[in-house]
Amino acid sequence: MDTDHSLSEATLAARVALSGVERAPGAAKQDAILNASGIRREFGGIIAVDVKHVEIQRGSITALIGPNGAGKTTLFNLLTGFDKPNTGSWTFNEKSMENVAPHKTASLGMVRTFQLTKSLTKLSVIENMRLGATDQKGEKWWNGLFGRVWKAQEASITERAEELLNRFKLGHMRDEYAGALSGGQRKLLEMARALMTNPTLVMLDEPMAGVNPALKQSLNEHIRGLRDQGMTVLFVEHDMDMVHDVSDWVIVMAEGRIIAEGTPDDISKNPAVIDAYLGTHQGQSLLEDE
Amino acid sequence: MDWSLIIENSIKGFIGINAVYFAIAAIGLNVQFGFTGLLNFGQAGFMACGAYGLGMTAHYFGISMWWGIPIGIAFSVVLGFLMGIPTLRLRADYLAIVTIAAAEIIRLVVRSVKFKTYFGGSDGINGFSDSFRNIGDNIGIVQANQYGIWPLRFTGRELWTLVVGWIVVAVVAYFVYLLMKSPWGRVLKAIREDEDAVRSLGKSVFSYKMQSLILGGAIGTMSGMIFALDRGSVQPDNYSRDVTFYILTALVLGGVAKVSGSIVGPMIFWGIFTFMDNFLRQVAKDPIHLGNFTIMKSTQVGQLNYMLIGLTLILLMVYRPQGVFGNRKEMAFDGH
Ligand SMILES: Nc1ncnc2c1ncn2[C@@H]1O[C@H](COP(=O)(O)OP(=O)(O)OP(=O)(O)O)[C@@H](O)[C@H]1O
Ligand SMILES: [Mg+2]
Repeated sequence: MDTDHSLSEATLAARVALSGVERAPGAAKQDAILNASGIRREFGGIIAVDVKHVEIQRGSITALIGPNGAGKTTLFNLLTGFDKPNTGSWTFNEKSMENVAPHKTASLGMVRTFQLTKSLTKLSVIENMRLGATDQKGEKWWNGLFGRVWKAQEASITERAEELLNRFKLGHMRDEYAGALSGGQRKLLEMARALMTNPTLVMLDEPMAGVNPALKQSLNEHIRGLRDQGMTVLFVEHDMDMVHDVSDWVIVMAEGRIIAEGTPDDISKNPAVIDAYLGTHQGQSLLEDE
Repeated sequence: MDWSLIIENSIKGFIGINAVYFAIAAIGLNVQFGFTGLLNFGQAGFMACGAYGLGMTAHYFGISMWWGIPIGIAFSVVLGFLMGIPTLRLRADYLAIVTIAAAEIIRLVVRSVKFKTYFGGSDGINGFSDSFRNIGDNIGIVQANQYGIWPLRFTGRELWTLVVGWIVVAVVAYFVYLLMKSPWGRVLKAIREDEDAVRSLGKSVFSYKMQSLILGGAIGTMSGMIFALDRGSVQPDNYSRDVTFYILTALVLGGVAKVSGSIVGPMIFWGIFTFMDNFLRQVAKDPIHLGNFTIMKSTQVGQLNYMLIGLTLILLMVYRPQGVFGNRKEMAFDGH
């Protein structure tokens, strides 16, 4: 698919690490940054998530796909502490993450974005970005009173924020209220803001939804860039072209369970996946894409 | 109609002690409600902490009045934790319910006969403020003297609390202004909009909400202290629900999420309130008769005035929801 890209070292490393992995749900990875077992979440009678086992390879870009209602967002919520599973245990960097509050999860390096964007519309774009930085001295109220305690750190945060904004083509919107951004730009802002936390695992819930096609291509580049900088990316996406284009590994969910894992090429040939998508609107487009 | 009296009283309403203690309380409420989005409907409870902190020094503890300042602040910190711990993890409305109830409980407890030895019952507490008054006398603002010329005429007693009160307003306002310009304030404003976004960036929303509740409450406590010092007495019924709602009205009038709004709002509120009250009283002196129907008896002035306040608030919400000083842009995007 991407023979025209000269593959970066990180890409090659990720693909080599994944080449020997069994093409099956719950396959063990060489070096898993995230390792989850028996995760189950019910809403009333509906079993939204029922994942026996899943591992995410460190330094790779993993796509999480599946029809609407498959439980992808719920799984994100569970892993990041925004929701609690009925049962299940999982580790991040070997650290058990059960009952870890969402803000602690984020400060441990596991940052997520939301399917429904949460840009803070009444803050300016640059303030949104600054908010993302961690360990800010000025975020303690007793320091907040004394500009000289935090101004220097604020300046370096601002510099980093501006760099990221430029990378995401939002530099010209720096001082606008985030509410003035288009839907696609808000997605970009949310992603850039998440990166301000210096994460090691970036979890993106449909980062491309609503982003205009011209930007999608450069967003792909950014996602690859994250891996090249040593981050691990897990993202939810419906657009199979995009999945093909950037991911090293694909995990497929349907009705709460993981039904398949493999490289993008394996997955588009996998009959179980085609079955899961059949009859749904997404299924049609998946098949048409091929 | 005595216009000179109406004007003089209105100006006094505009900059008087009522505007002062409302302004301090509104600055505190603004930290919680305007900046963080916390629905504290019990600011009167925090004010009572300050007033009773001062009053109890003489009445119960038998120590110098100045200890009342740390004692009052300590009361308000405890109250903040009591109200915040069970509610701040829940939806916003739980805090509203708990604060309104807690403030009422405080009022009922301090006015109860059972605890009269601590709080003085429904008579409240008097005679604790001499050491405060003495300072005024000593620096030359003598209680019994008259100061100023029309339309700004005050007794020394009024003037001394006004001077101290406005200094407190200025200091507290500057303090809050600095905080809201800092990264700490940025986190609060972000929480007001979307708690989950803030959590996802690694900040403990609960902890920041608690800090905001307690800081705003402690500022409300100072308002209660100024009010108690001005009156020289602490009365339980000065800390009823109405007080919280008038302060909230004054805050919205000035514009939420702006420190200046929480000072100007109370000034306009009391300016207009005093003007209407005085004006209507003058009208009522010489009522208009239509047959056997009388427009404006003096007993109707109070009610009519409160109705007009309500009407003003409605018109304000319709035509200028951001208040006098509010930022229209900050109001313009409602999460879409
Ligand atoms: N808070 C909730 N209460 C009740 N049911 C829920 C809740 N959240 C999710 N669900 C249900 O759980 C199932 C999984 O939903 P989820 O949002 O995780 O799917 P998804 O894979 O992210 O879908 P999409 O591709 O549409 O975003 C759905 O049936 C959904 O209706
Ligand atoms: Mg989803």
